[in-house]
Amino acid sequence: MGNFVFDLIGKNIVAALVICIIPLVFILPYALIAILGELKIGAWMQDRVGPMRTGWKGVLQPVAEVVKLLQKEDITPTIANKPLFNLAPFIVFIGAFAAFAVLPFSEKFIPSGINLGLFFVFAVGSFAVIGIVMGGWASNNKYSLLGAMRSVAQIISYELPAGMVFLSIATIAGTLDMQTIILNQSGPIWNWYIFGGPQGGAIKFLFIPFFVILFIVYLISSLAETNRTPFDIPEGESEIVAGYHTEYSGMKFAMFFMAEYANMYVVSAIIVILFLGGWSSPFGTSFMDGPIWGIFWMVGKAFFFVFVQIWLRWTLPRLRVDQLMYLGWKVLLPLSIACFMAIAFLAMIN
Amino acid sequence: MNTNKNTEAQRLTFAEKLYLPELAKGMSITFREMFKPKFTRQYPEQRWDPTGSYRGRPVLVLEEGKERCVACGLCSLVCPAMAIEVQAAETENEKERYPEKFEINMLRCIYCGFCEEVCPEEAIVMSKDYELLFSSQKDAIYGKDRLLVPVEQLQDRLDFLKEYK
Ligand code: SF4
Ligand code: SF4
Repeated sequence: MGNFVFDLIGKNIVAALVICIIPLVFILPYALIAILGELKIGAWMQDRVGPMRTGWKGVLQPVAEVVKLLQKEDITPTIANKPLFNLAPFIVFIGAFAAFAVLPFSEKFIPSGINLGLFFVFAVGSFAVIGIVMGGWASNNKYSLLGAMRSVAQIISYELPAGMVFLSIATIAGTLDMQTIILNQSGPIWNWYIFGGPQGGAIKFLFIPFFVILFIVYLISSLAETNRTPFDIPEGESEIVAGYHTEYSGMKFAMFFMAEYANMYVVSAIIVILFLGGWSSPFGTSFMDGPIWGIFWMVGKAFFFVFVQIWLRWTLPRLRVDQLMYLGWKVLLPLSIACFMAIAFLAMIN
Repeated sequence: MNTNKNTEAQRLTFAEKLYLPELAKGMSITFREMFKPKFTRQYPEQRWDPTGSYRGRPVLVLEEGKERCVACGLCSLVCPAMAIEVQAAETENEKERYPEKFEINMLRCIYCGFCEEVCPEEAIVMSKDYELLFSSQKDAIYGKDRLLVPVEQLQDRLDFLKEYK
């Protein structure tokens, strides 16, 4: 345990800066890969080939797109509330970036090893809402405002089931610390929470259905929290132009964009940490395990869920607002509460 | 009448209401689609070679150094887009005419092929040329210099016309 940067340079201000910068250095190439994935996977799923011109088979397309966004004119509407309008994209991005502070990359590297990791992620996750409302309201545009309102309604309703999932895992793990949650699951693959967690014996099989349900609940609510299809009603193009970022262009739009992709990684990483053993190897502690392989497993598993999000986006149509609320309040929330109680009960008799 | 009985929720089975099996079906379709061969052509490098039945831009047939056209004006008359302008002039031979001026406005042409169909001399035919670009409206009016195409290049179309017209 511990942090390899501290081991390397000692516990000083330089080390702290390096630790701050590492996630940022990770986000940029990751965002490029995710954008390329979005373009290419989406194209393949629709029987197209996607971008083919920039670089070999179009692999440089995201770079071109980022450059394009950076050199675009940065427009602020005249009647917009300028300070809020300019601040909003950065707040959204800060919310996404702050979550990286407690996301472990391997057993030797977690930017901040606070023992409230899960709670922290949950707290800064709500940051995005503030940014979105700020942006939507300050734009002085009815579509922006509608999008922002939808976004708030959606994120707040889906935070509750997500919170219940966090609670269930906290109950069974007995901690909110990310590294400890992952450590609990290390060892063979059936120690992962989705396969019933580390406890042995017959009671393990009683746990499995509840964990699977919680897994699905979290997967769905994480989609809603990142405003991804099928829950992209805050930015539903056919209804409200582009929702809360209708008025944004250039660099500030790029910020919103980055935040969305960063958020995708955050929720994927949380799924992996909560249910799929984080950085632990699926082959047990003896094979392909260790701090370096940990990075590979952590990022690899998270990338798989980023892929799943892209996959879902190109498969499913958008939900209606009432369907979204129905699903959130009448299906996911009762289900997650029931699972939470069942798991608490089982954990008690275990 | 009990309208409640016919809501969507009551018509669906439990599995359908659960939505997850259906979702899995949909996702398996998109996943399989990902690996299927794609038919997109990388256009400027991979060009499409149309068959004789293709109606590209209309051209005048150039045979043995001169056009077949006898400037009868039928094509100009039939053209629904009024794209063709023909001006006749006499040749040295008696009762024979040739088009002094033959212009097709390619911005108007709709590639219907009526001109080809009506021509008594098979002098105007549709070519395989589908890459038309011009930088101004004036540039879009093709004169005889650009319309005349040697007969050898149009053989596919002429064969097609012989068989099907
Ligand atoms: S193809 Fe049709 S529109 Fe074009 S010139 Fe011939 S008759 Fe006119
Ligand atoms: S119909 Fe044929 S022969 Fe008559 S003017 Fe047109 S191209 Fe010439």
